[in-house]
Amino acid sequence: MQVVVEKESESKKTGGVFVFLEQTGGTLETVSLEVLGKGRAIADQLGVSLAGILLGENLEEAFKECAFRGADLVLVGESPLLGDFTTEAYSKVISGVVKEYDPDIFLVGATHNGTSLAANLAIQLHAGLMAHVVDLDVEKETGKLLGSVPGFGGNIVAVCKCKKGRPQMATVRPGIFKPLPISESLKGTVQPIKLDALKPEDVKCRVIEKSVGESVEISHAEKVVVAGLGLKEDMTLAKTLAKKISGILAVSRPVADKGAAPKDLVVGSTGSSLNAKLALVLGVSGAAHFSSGIRDVETVIAINSDPDAPIFSQADYCVTGDLFKIVPELVLELESNGGAN
Amino acid sequence: MKQVVCLKVTPKIEQLKFDEVKKTMIREGVENEINEADKNALEMSLSVRDKLGGQVVVLSMGPPAFDPYLKLAIAMGADDAILLSDRAFAGADTYSTSLVLATAVKKISDYDLIFCSEASSDGSTEQVSPSIAAWLGVPLISYVGNMSVNDGRVQAKRIIRGGYEVIETTLPALLSVELGCNTPRFPDFRRKRWAEKEFKTTVWGINDLGLSPNEVGLEGSLTSVNELRHMRSPQRRKEFLTGEPKQVAAKLAEIIRNTA
Repeated sequence: MQVVVEKESESKKTGGVFVFLEQTGGTLETVSLEVLGKGRAIADQLGVSLAGILLGENLEEAFKECAFRGADLVLVGESPLLGDFTTEAYSKVISGVVKEYDPDIFLVGATHNGTSLAANLAIQLHAGLMAHVVDLDVEKETGKLLGSVPGFGGNIVAVCKCKKGRPQMATVRPGIFKPLPISESLKGTVQPIKLDALKPEDVKCRVIEKSVGESVEISHAEKVVVAGLGLKEDMTLAKTLAKKISGILAVSRPVADKGAAPKDLVVGSTGSSLNAKLALVLGVSGAAHFSSGIRDVETVIAINSDPDAPIFSQADYCVTGDLFKIVPELVLELESNGGAN
Repeated sequence: MKQVVCLKVTPKIEQLKFDEVKKTMIREGVENEINEADKNALEMSLSVRDKLGGQVVVLSMGPPAFDPYLKLAIAMGADDAILLSDRAFAGADTYSTSLVLATAVKKISDYDLIFCSEASSDGSTEQVSPSIAAWLGVPLISYVGNMSVNDGRVQAKRIIRGGYEVIETTLPALLSVELGCNTPRFPDFRRKRWAEKEFKTTVWGINDLGLSPNEVGLEGSLTSVNELRHMRSPQRRKEFLTGEPKQVAAKLAEIIRNTA
């Protein structure tokens, strides 16, 4: 599939739905593609166009990918000044683009960078911003964007809208919507963004060191073992079990806070929501901010030493007892009968 | 070195209940606290002052009843406290909240560093700190785990997906601090007694900030809430499996195989 980069068009006021396409090292963030998929649905509902904004350096592979995921237009800004994400440089370029194209709606995936960018942009643009929505809809009477904003640990959702300002903005929680598969029929146009206004002196933040390993997106895993503080910050047992069921490891927030696991693995309102078929939740008490993260799991198994732990009211199968006895037995059991499948 | 730390007083979320009839949160009888991550932000700021000297001013928006929490921050070591309190500020979304806080930071003036936390436990929008940075036009480093100041520049390590990056920028700058990245110091007992008896928190209202009623609070907000909904947990079987570890393990293995 070929993409031709077109020249800039004359008339720029497209309105419609815009999506920020975040990339790291040329690889698109999954949440950006999820938001693009939902953006397509909303644009269709409103009968408007969908555009993506992609910034960075050496982006050919990235824009080829998003040009076939539902955007009518992909605007690409390439510059060494955009090679590393900085809120300053990105918000400067994007606020310029938004002022020119005047979209009705602007959606951003709620990663750390996406959230920093969106909240900074909302002020520059005088735009209402809904935080980390878990659902998006269009209000029938007004055509306004409705965002379901989780709060108070994720157990309460406020259905919000932008009453003033433009565009209507929202950051979207990862793992909620599905990306559209790449398809020739979804082919959009790619256009460059003029970056004349971006000067080196505009970017006061400089990345002087970066270390990025392989990252795991727990929200898309089929089977997950979630380790809590009950495992005493030792991930060995949980990892062994995860391997045995061909699943991945995730953790509750306190485990990551203690440095026993990276933050990417956190389940709950301060991390990701799981969409797994099966989650084994080990030694997690199940406080409010955790429970919103396992709401969409099909089958939850909880093991905890405390019979009164709130996690048991959120589980299908509950086991009270010593994790360090039960989990090794479970690993043996899964081995002796030829694995989990 | 003059530093400002933004603090939010939040309800203890595990005590909050939802009124299913009125569709509102029941706040009566719910205890408040300084938002946990804000204490990490305060600690980070205090340790910069301990090293480089200067002043730490804590800043919060809320009703006069929040004064004791600011005094707690004074007892922890902050040098001064300002409470932004006005009926007109009520019902604010992150747009008008960040405007009020940023305007107060401007009024404090000559600041080098502003600290906020990455998120509050109740709203968790993560929007207020990047928004304040935008109002002030200062560089933002978000989700900071640790930092240092050398020769008028700040270096901070921030968490990104799959790892971290170290960012350097000029002062003044705004840093949002990660929950749990340090151990906040305990309030000093003597200082606490002094703060409770002698210390006077500065209170600024809408006129002190030179803002107009249509810019702040509910009226200055750009977003509105249509309704609150309780996210009900899905129906779960809640079936307890009992027996010796080996027996339980066998049952679990079967369940795992059947769901696979």
